[in-house]
Amino acid sequence: MQAFLGQLLIGLINGSFYALLSLGLAIIFGLLRVINFAHGAQYMLGAFFAWLLLSYFGLGYWPALVIAPIAVGLVGAVIERTMLRRLYTLDPLYGLLFTFGLALTIEGTFRYLYGASGQPYATPAALAGGTNLGFMFLPIYRGWVIVFSLVVCIGTWLVIEKTKLGSYLRAATENPVLVQSFGINVPFLLTLTYALGAALAALAGVLAAPIYQVSPLMGSNIIIVVFAVVVVGGMGSIMGAIVTGYLLGVAEGLTKVFYPEASNIVIFVIMAIVLLIRPAGLFGRDA
Amino acid sequence: MKPLLKVSGLNAWYGESHILHGVDLTVGEGEMVTLLGRNGVGKTTTLRSIMGIVRKRKGEISFTGADLMKVPLHRVAPHGLGFIPEERGIFSTLSVHENLLLPPAVAKGGMTIDEIFELFPNLYERRSSPGTKLSGGEQQMLAIARILRTGVRMMLLDEPTEGLAPVIVQRIGDVLKTLKQRGMTVLLVEQNFRFASKVADRFYLMDHGQMVGEFPVSELSARMDTLHDVLGV
Repeated sequence: MQAFLGQLLIGLINGSFYALLSLGLAIIFGLLRVINFAHGAQYMLGAFFAWLLLSYFGLGYWPALVIAPIAVGLVGAVIERTMLRRLYTLDPLYGLLFTFGLALTIEGTFRYLYGASGQPYATPAALAGGTNLGFMFLPIYRGWVIVFSLVVCIGTWLVIEKTKLGSYLRAATENPVLVQSFGINVPFLLTLTYALGAALAALAGVLAAPIYQVSPLMGSNIIIVVFAVVVVGGMGSIMGAIVTGYLLGVAEGLTKVFYPEASNIVIFVIMAIVLLIRPAGLFGRDA
Repeated sequence: MKPLLKVSGLNAWYGESHILHGVDLTVGEGEMVTLLGRNGVGKTTTLRSIMGIVRKRKGEISFTGADLMKVPLHRVAPHGLGFIPEERGIFSTLSVHENLLLPPAVAKGGMTIDEIFELFPNLYERRSSPGTKLSGGEQQMLAIARILRTGVRMMLLDEPTEGLAPVIVQRIGDVLKTLKQRGMTVLLVEQNFRFASKVADRFYLMDHGQMVGEFPVSELSARMDTLHDVLGV
């Protein structure tokens, strides 16, 4: 029972990262129809910005939690404006290949500058230590990650479902040309969406920095799982990405209790089964 | 009558295919003008080119004196021009109310939400349903209503009666008459010229991407025979 609850919590923590990252991917895919392979690199950039802010400017975790996502969001906006935008009229495959190349370039550059081995990033003092839950010792920082990512996911969902800006985003996802004919600046909306997705990835990166080491390859390690999450949830489904992120994190954790050898592949097995039974994903609409 | 919209020598292409071959038309302030023509002669393309949705185009489009040829799509509506597509474009992930509030107001003098619900009581009853749960007629009402809110001076309306029951068609006719009383200018594409004859002031007849005839509503009955030939009805 103890092992079960322990793995459930670890699953929730991993699930928090899956949910944050797949949420950004789903938003970007929904509106831009771009499969953003640079998402892992943007997550890595978030963690690195936090580490650089600390190393060179002495700015700690809390400022980094705000500054790094904004900075990566701005980088995303520049990428969309100057490069990605030129590919919208082409086959979606070009967007995928472009962002894949971008990810390799960013990761290669950081590996060249900082080496492949990770840089440690200390847990913020306010969240250091842990608490005994009875069945396990929970580091407070990990509890924070679960709560904070849940708040961000729900907040993002509320913005998309309940606000005016969100109604523009949903409408433009369905019919961008008509929305633009209403006088809404859809090209700007696309830039904003890509920046938001990149900022969410960077936020996940900052959250991850104290748990995993800050390394140039941290993004490419997690991104494949995140793509599986998006496929299981249903491409472009916001709620699907969030719920599936947590579910698959938990599924992965629980597999470690019952059959540890399978824990690395369970997500992909689930993906294969879902693709066979419901190709549109658990929350996707049938095309 | 002062022309509100003046189009001259308009050519337009979809990819490689040349659809419009020098369209000339004018619509006066407060006028209701109907484009007649068989399927595929370029009526919808004419509306989409005027709105700026079809970008591969040449010629002149002047609206309230402004040159629309170089205006990006999202800056056209603020000039006072609204477009209602044939497929209506109701958003399924937005409620009826959200659909109604989606287009930003571009000028003062648009209908208020209360006036809209008075004109379209069905929409009030269904305001929290997803937009696409409405019947075809209600979706058409919603498509018209959401443009009325924005305060545009002119609507480009593409086949509003297509696929609708006669009683709904009549209802849309009443709505158009109400709009005309309020001074709205409309360029209408319509296959159903019995419907069009009740609301339009003037007709253009279109064939092979050009205007081939123009006449006021008073000459409609005298021209019935030629119309039947050209329209093939």
